[in-house]
Amino acid sequence: MKAPLSWIREYVEVPAEVTTDELTRRLTLTGLKLEAIERPGDQITGPLVVGRVLTQEPEPQKNGKTINWCTVDVGDANGTGEPQGIVCGAHNFGPGDLVVVVLPGGVLPGGFAISERKTYGHLSAGMICSAAELGLSGDHDGIIVLAPGAAAPGADARPLLGLDEEIIEFEVNPDRAYALSLRGIAREVLVSVDGATSFRDPAVREVPQANAEGHPVRVEDATGCPVFVARTVRGFDATAASPAFMVRRLTAAGMRSISLAVDVTNYVMLETGRPIHAYDGDRLAGPLVVRRARTGERLTTLDDVDRELDAGDLVVTDGSGVIGLGGVMGGASTEISETTTNVVVEAAHWDPVSMFRTGRRHRLTSEAGKRNERGVDPTICEAAADRVVELLIEHGGGVADPGVTVVGTPPPMPTIRLATDLAARVAGLPIDAASVVETLRAVGCEVTEVPDGDAAGLDVVPPPWRADITDPQDLTEEVVRLVGYDRVPSVLPTPPSGRGLTRAQRLRRRIGRTMAGAGYVEVVTFPFVGVDSLDALGIPADDPRRDVLVLSNPLSAEAPAMTTTLLPALLRTASRNVGHGQASCAIFEAATVTLPRGGDGAPILPVDRRPTDAELDSLMKALPAQPLHLGIVAVGEAEHSGWWGQGRAVDWTDAVAAVDGVAEALGLRLDRRAVTRAPWHPGRCAELVLGDVVVGHAGELHPKVCAELGLPSRAVAAEVDLDVLIDHAVDLRVAPSFSTQPVAKEDVALVVAASVPASDVEHALREGAGDLLESIRLFDVYTGEQVGDGRVSLAFALRFRAPDRTLTEDEIAAARDAAVAAAGERTGAVRRS
Amino acid sequence: MSGPNTDYDPVEVTPLKAEEVEAARDAAIGAISAAADLEQLKQVRIEHAGDRSPLALANREIGALPPQARKEAGQRIGQARGAVNQALAARLAVLEVEHEDRMLVEETVDVTRPVDRTPRGSRHPLTLQSELIADLFVAMGWEIAEGPVVEAEWLNFDALNLGPDHPARTMQDTFWVEPAEHHVVLRTQTSPVQARTMLTRTPPIYVVCPGRVFRTDEYDATHSPMFHQVEGLVVDRGISMAHLKGTLDHFAGQLFGEGIDTRFRPSYFPFTEPSAEVDVRCFVCRGVDADQCRTCRGEGWIEWGGCGVVNPRVLVACGVDPEEFSGFAFGMGIDRSFMFRHQLGDLRPLFEGDVRFSAAFGTEI
Repeated sequence: MKAPLSWIREYVEVPAEVTTDELTRRLTLTGLKLEAIERPGDQITGPLVVGRVLTQEPEPQKNGKTINWCTVDVGDANGTGEPQGIVCGAHNFGPGDLVVVVLPGGVLPGGFAISERKTYGHLSAGMICSAAELGLSGDHDGIIVLAPGAAAPGADARPLLGLDEEIIEFEVNPDRAYALSLRGIAREVLVSVDGATSFRDPAVREVPQANAEGHPVRVEDATGCPVFVARTVRGFDATAASPAFMVRRLTAAGMRSISLAVDVTNYVMLETGRPIHAYDGDRLAGPLVVRRARTGERLTTLDDVDRELDAGDLVVTDGSGVIGLGGVMGGASTEISETTTNVVVEAAHWDPVSMFRTGRRHRLTSEAGKRNERGVDPTICEAAADRVVELLIEHGGGVADPGVTVVGTPPPMPTIRLATDLAARVAGLPIDAASVVETLRAVGCEVTEVPDGDAAGLDVVPPPWRADITDPQDLTEEVVRLVGYDRVPSVLPTPPSGRGLTRAQRLRRRIGRTMAGAGYVEVVTFPFVGVDSLDALGIPADDPRRDVLVLSNPLSAEAPAMTTTLLPALLRTASRNVGHGQASCAIFEAATVTLPRGGDGAPILPVDRRPTDAELDSLMKALPAQPLHLGIVAVGEAEHSGWWGQGRAVDWTDAVAAVDGVAEALGLRLDRRAVTRAPWHPGRCAELVLGDVVVGHAGELHPKVCAELGLPSRAVAAEVDLDVLIDHAVDLRVAPSFSTQPVAKEDVALVVAASVPASDVEHALREGAGDLLESIRLFDVYTGEQVGDGRVSLAFALRFRAPDRTLTEDEIAAARDAAVAAAGERTGAVRRS
Repeated sequence: MSGPNTDYDPVEVTPLKAEEVEAARDAAIGAISAAADLEQLKQVRIEHAGDRSPLALANREIGALPPQARKEAGQRIGQARGAVNQALAARLAVLEVEHEDRMLVEETVDVTRPVDRTPRGSRHPLTLQSELIADLFVAMGWEIAEGPVVEAEWLNFDALNLGPDHPARTMQDTFWVEPAEHHVVLRTQTSPVQARTMLTRTPPIYVVCPGRVFRTDEYDATHSPMFHQVEGLVVDRGISMAHLKGTLDHFAGQLFGEGIDTRFRPSYFPFTEPSAEVDVRCFVCRGVDADQCRTCRGEGWIEWGGCGVVNPRVLVACGVDPEEFSGFAFGMGIDRSFMFRHQLGDLRPLFEGDVRFSAAFGTEI
């Protein structure tokens, strides 16, 4: 909401010593937040005066343009009283017109300094100004022509143009609809600014009695439209110009001047907060009827959009059918035009919920709708209509028809019982009963003290412009904000002893630290995904990762769904890093993914009580599963090249090792199986298994995926379900005990078919070796002629140790041989001689 | 080697003559002291103290002497060998020290060479900021609550006194899950965690909930469809706005520096009443010569978040008796707090994933 300060001051007196900055600071502290102060004249200095054009001689130029050589009477403003010679390129004026002249020495917005200069063969001493040159918005090309008699030549032109004005823009919260009017702002000034007095309510005026002579109106839905007032002006000149002050104020408030009739309704809306609609009376066919729309009805609104109406829309109709969306926007068929002579003025109160729904349904935002959906004072319809009639006649002529139609009565305001000490309790600040009563009355409430009994307190009826006040808590806010939030003391509450982070929270931190410790950089990506991204990863059509939760209103058609995997975004991020010159990068993200569960959706539960556990359960079940995943991508070198020699390129083992590191940090050990799964290399992907549960995958990416995403070849990736790992994490580790007896080391090289996984051989050795085996480690792998085609030699280092004695040669040999025998039996391994 | 020759006169055995022995000894000692390094000394040891050295060979001749002569010859040889061994040991000690010193000099490296062989990891600054905030509250005895980002409409709106026709619903541009009749949204705020907490715990409740939230804002320097909020909720007996103010002053001081406090301005949120916008004192200029300050742009204060006393309607919907308990709630942007705490003018680097950005913050902020 924007309002010129001078307009505010029309309704409330503010002491001269209160500066605009102080005024707006006070209003900000009581809840009407200053957004900006515009001072349109700020950038203009020097003489800017009214001039009367005395002569105007068109002079065609060689370049095809015609300029006007003018003499202009600027009174004494030039110091001589002689006419001022000025060259002007515009043509929308003539001798006798009053124009705006900036004289030499003046500076216009943009630092444009004016001086006498020779141009087109004349000495031009100043400039006749256009609105744009003065930094004012104007619909017209050409220079400003003032209304005849606006001021005498030589007078300061600033006040005429609003250039001496300060325009204040407020941020108005949705509960403060009343502040979308000068009436409301002035009232806020009155209650917020020390010394402000003499509030004059623009909505309080003598109005003629309702009678049966006015334009007939029937309201069929009194809930949707509790009050409907109609007045008529006859013999009105629709072509009459809007007065300059009105245009200036509308412009300052951010509205365009359209025509006198429209400008008047908008002006009164800004003044009182009550949206008004004006019909061309001669285009109305009989009585106005307010009802809900019927299915299939259509209306072309003033913005020239043909709309299909909904049965929930409140409409105004006449004999021709629907002529307006009540309270939101009028229809084109009864619009005021230049030939209108009879104007029917509608001031009606509409149900805010209907307004909100209609606005949303038709994607219609209007100044009227914005106010009507937030709640307007229902008691001022007659006053606002009367004010419109007054202004129409004053500036457009005609007479007020004696008929005054008033249908319905304003709904009553609720009486709210308020405990006198509630405000003090809520604020944590002593506020005595007298202050509470005084503040509420200042806000406009009727306050009655209820002296005794259990329910002692105050009976408070909020003022009709405060539809937002319905609960004791609302009244409390009024009291506390006006007493001053700055007076609320600062007291730390004392919670009971806390339990610290939860187990899952601690473990998630541990996982992040483990990854960072392993050299990975954490990133945060958006969880949106599209078909293209999944295609780029080569994810097959029947893969469950294609079953995504789709958004109705995504920001981008390319990524309209919630992702089921972190890899698309991480791979894109890695690719971007490479593009930025990070040839090596290792990144990770821990974030939830969304796995739809189907079903019929979530219920809307009641809010007047706690939902039952069963109701809550049905709500929770309707939400998709959202497990926490860890995604890992690495490209380039795992160890950098340098003066020390060649670095080490990342390979599949890095992806697996990163996940193993996380598992180890949680006290877990993952098993691996070779699988084929996108987006990994079909021969280089490990399925990671915890017990019987597949928790994720790790390995080298498919070369096609690297190529598709612009990643260096041999990039690696992993993705695991952290929720499962966290669930199984070891909470309390048992302290280890070590044997200090001598260790016995035995190396065995076993030849197996190349298709036998090393982990199978290792398992067999481990089990065959028995309890004396302390550790086993694959230390060499050999393929080649010596072991034959399709075979591989695996060399394992076995360490044996007993807790209580030195092992004998025989014991060691027996354990080793048992291990080799088991491996031979289970995997066909043969000891290499 | 000569066999026993008991017939010979012992003095006739040349190698055992005193002058021969002394000459061998002196030659050995001379060679030892002439040995320049361990390698030479090793050679000298072989030549003068080894199995084939003159003294060793002479020693073998002792057996050829008549018994009465053996003792003297034995003593002579023994003394000579002892002297040689002593000299060897002494020289060895000296040469070893020399060798060690030389080796240490030769092994000198250029310690100014780069050592960045292994890449260093880091955590995301928003994660770190969330953890820092969590720690500040945990230190006060609060706990950390959590909830899902794909959330029921009822929890994101209705339970928080934002009914279906509430104008404030348009304040937050919501991502809806298809179809809209399923009443599922991407949470627009962390406030549904408030509702979840009240529905599942009994007061006293002291929790903060950091997390991701979503709005249909186009991505630019100051807007992102995904950002992070931290929500705070207290429900206890006798809770007032003063406790809210005390908590936020403490929070501001901990996050932005000693002495940084807050200012409340009346505002509107459906879930709180009274409601306030909370500004934090500009920690760069602290309100002194604010006109010059680029962080607060002359205000002396920075908009930080929203807060208020929990609306009793919210308590009722979440099963808390408003006659017995009252509460306060607040919500701040973690990204926004991070941006002014670390002087970041454009929020996009937070979500672009450039490793240089996260790396700059390491593992703790």
